[in-house]
Amino acid sequence: MNELLKLERTKKYFPVKGNRFLKAVDDVSFSVAAGGVFGLVGESGCGKSTLARLILGLMEPTGGEIFFDGMNVITATRHELSRIRRGLQIIFQDPLASLNPRKRIQDAVGESLLINDVVKRREIRDHVAHLLGKVGMDEDALGRYPHEFSGGQRQRICIARALAVNPKMIVADEAISSLDVSIQAQILNLLEDLRRDNGLAYVFISHNLLTVEHFSDTVAVMYLGKIVEMSATEELFNDPLHPYTEALLSAVPKPDVGKKGKRIILEGDVPSPVHIPPGCPFHTRCPKRFEPCDKEVPVYKEVKNQRWVSCHLWV
Amino acid sequence: MNIFWKRFKQNRLATAGGVMVLLLFIVAAFAPLISPFDPNEIDRNSILEPPSEVHILGTDDLGRDVFSRMIFGSWISLAVGFVAVGIATFIGIIFGALSGYYGGWTDRIIMRFVDIMLSIPTLFLILAVIAFIGPSIWNIMIIIGLTSWMGVARLVRAEFLSLKEREFILAAKAMGAGDMRIIFSHIMPNSMSPVFISAVLGVAAAILLESALSFLGLGIQPPTPSWGNILTLGKDNIEIAWWLSVFPGLAILFTVLAYNLVGEGLRDALDPRLWQRGR
Repeated sequence: MNELLKLERTKKYFPVKGNRFLKAVDDVSFSVAAGGVFGLVGESGCGKSTLARLILGLMEPTGGEIFFDGMNVITATRHELSRIRRGLQIIFQDPLASLNPRKRIQDAVGESLLINDVVKRREIRDHVAHLLGKVGMDEDALGRYPHEFSGGQRQRICIARALAVNPKMIVADEAISSLDVSIQAQILNLLEDLRRDNGLAYVFISHNLLTVEHFSDTVAVMYLGKIVEMSATEELFNDPLHPYTEALLSAVPKPDVGKKGKRIILEGDVPSPVHIPPGCPFHTRCPKRFEPCDKEVPVYKEVKNQRWVSCHLWV
Repeated sequence: MNIFWKRFKQNRLATAGGVMVLLLFIVAAFAPLISPFDPNEIDRNSILEPPSEVHILGTDDLGRDVFSRMIFGSWISLAVGFVAVGIATFIGIIFGALSGYYGGWTDRIIMRFVDIMLSIPTLFLILAVIAFIGPSIWNIMIIIGLTSWMGVARLVRAEFLSLKEREFILAAKAMGAGDMRIIFSHIMPNSMSPVFISAVLGVAAAILLESALSFLGLGIQPPTPSWGNILTLGKDNIEIAWWLSVFPGLAILFTVLAYNLVGEGLRDALDPRLWQRGR
């Protein structure tokens, strides 16, 4: 398989008061093939956004390796970094916050073209118009400011900006979470079309399981900075192995009225990532905990074909 | 921008301040046309004359027309105010931007330097420096500028600290924008409104400082007229010529008041948090 993005035991610890560390991302490994969609789910604060920033090289990891298109993101030279930037782009959750309020759309999208030498200066306007067309926006958006658009339109603009360098992969960090449901569907379809037409790969980060199920090939579930389960989407949704995944899936509303699944209610809140419980980090809330859970850290490994779990239930 | 003008115009005091500032500009720009006499023309026949139809604000101890001298003095005040604030704002923006954007040791060193500068009484520092390098209009402008940038630096730093964490900055980094592009093209334009307000308020402070220096004899040197050195003459002749003290005093008072009103008006008009509060 042709791996486009590969993470190997990537870690990001933030120092906090009293010589402790906030383990935002801990020992995360996965890979995404060219044209593939990797879904990443987890509660807020589990380190999803930190992971997105690490992949983009916007933060330096505490440990581990990140490779994109065969280049090491962490040790990349200036030349390599500019190649990585052209191949890898990001879309954020809040499209208004991710557009400079004082830049017109033409300049906001055109800036990327200019920095990365995609087209000549006098061709920028036409190229931006072309990009806007790709995401379903009119040319008259060019001279307007971000606050003049709706949330969905702004997100389209952000996608156009990400597409400017003609990337191979887009990291979508909760890219549709702040939008209305009807708009979410539109944006999701747009991302889908771009994937089909341009062979774009995605790292699709979300807390919404339904959109992830709909959109991804592979899904990983994160809890307190670690991936607790990863497998092909269908398998993960039909037959969750980790109790945490099971609990998450039971919380998803089901369209079938008759087939009422049993809802698993987790006890307590997510522990603070500064005070991660000993043993399995999930044992404090796990309905299936038993003897070794509060003492030994479960090993993250492949328990069935292409199914990775870190849980003492699966040895 | 429209909401801004609406808010500003609703504030009567600020509008009044704005009109006064505008008037001062016109007076300063057309000084040679407006003033009835040459400000440096000595007339031995009319020494220390009280306000009359010919000399509407009286004459000084050398028979010079106070009104004309004050008109030319307004140009000096304006020039000193704007150049000094220009220098201060420039230095403040550079230091504030470096401090806020890079953080760490850069930030610590610059901010401690700001603390040190703030702990020195400005007027005495200026007096000491002027005593060395000699008073001239350029020296005054530069020295006032060099001693009043700290507030701007702190403001700009605070703006940079909050703006650099915003997502559009991350987006710019992700597209490969360099530090200089991010600082000047993305953060700077979004951090300028408090700087603008503080610059307007700074003009008032600089004019006051220039007047104080000139009053003490270390500012603008006679025969060049300035409101401060007319006041000095007024002090020497206060028992016989009240007009020499009162008129330049009032001019300084109203100019400083005008700039402060405009500054406060701008602050209210530019602060979105105040927009919601009533009309």
